[in-house]
Amino acid sequence: MKDQNTSSCNSSSKELPQLAIWTFAWVASMALASFGPKFLWNDNQTLSLIAISLNVIIGIAMILANKKHFEKLDELQRKIQLEAMGITLGLAVVLGLAYSLLDQTNIISYDADISHVVLLIGITYLVATFIGTRRYQ
Amino acid sequence: MKNSIKVLRAANDLTQADLADKVKVSRQTINAIEKGKFDPSLPLAFKISKLFNKTIEEIFQEE
Repeated sequence: MKDQNTSSCNSSSKELPQLAIWTFAWVASMALASFGPKFLWNDNQTLSLIAISLNVIIGIAMILANKKHFEKLDELQRKIQLEAMGITLGLAVVLGLAYSLLDQTNIISYDADISHVVLLIGITYLVATFIGTRRYQ
Repeated sequence: MKNSIKVLRAANDLTQADLADKVKVSRQTINAIEKGKFDPSLPLAFKISKLFNKTIEEIFQEE
């Protein structure tokens, strides 16, 4: 019987620095693409396009590193991550769309910004992973 | 699902970390299985039973 879930969970610790490096690189490239036009290259569209392309390419590398990391987790760790992802996706869709509706109906005075949803996703995923890990201790 | 992993582990003088290393999962996973908080997959149950020279039914019992 082929054993996928129990494959070398120890090597997952080796994947973690790779994932951390790509995540840091992605955040840095996002900062460059966000603040570069104003502070570094005076709204030059070609340079902005290069910075955004770089951000997307690094983002794809980060996704692949995350996938690789996920594949190296053992079955319980995968279950915890999967449950956290499910809760995060559900909350992001439900609350994200409700937030958008609040903006469309002018119930909130400011514009609904995607960064608020990204923040919600990050916090939800962290909390759900923490609770999942505690639950199986 | 109940199991006798803790007893078998003690009888074989293995720590949770030793067993985890032998069946290639994390120590937390072994701990969760022992406490009945997590049911292992069939491949992992086979690995554990093989390690202790027992059948799956001898180690894992339905509650």
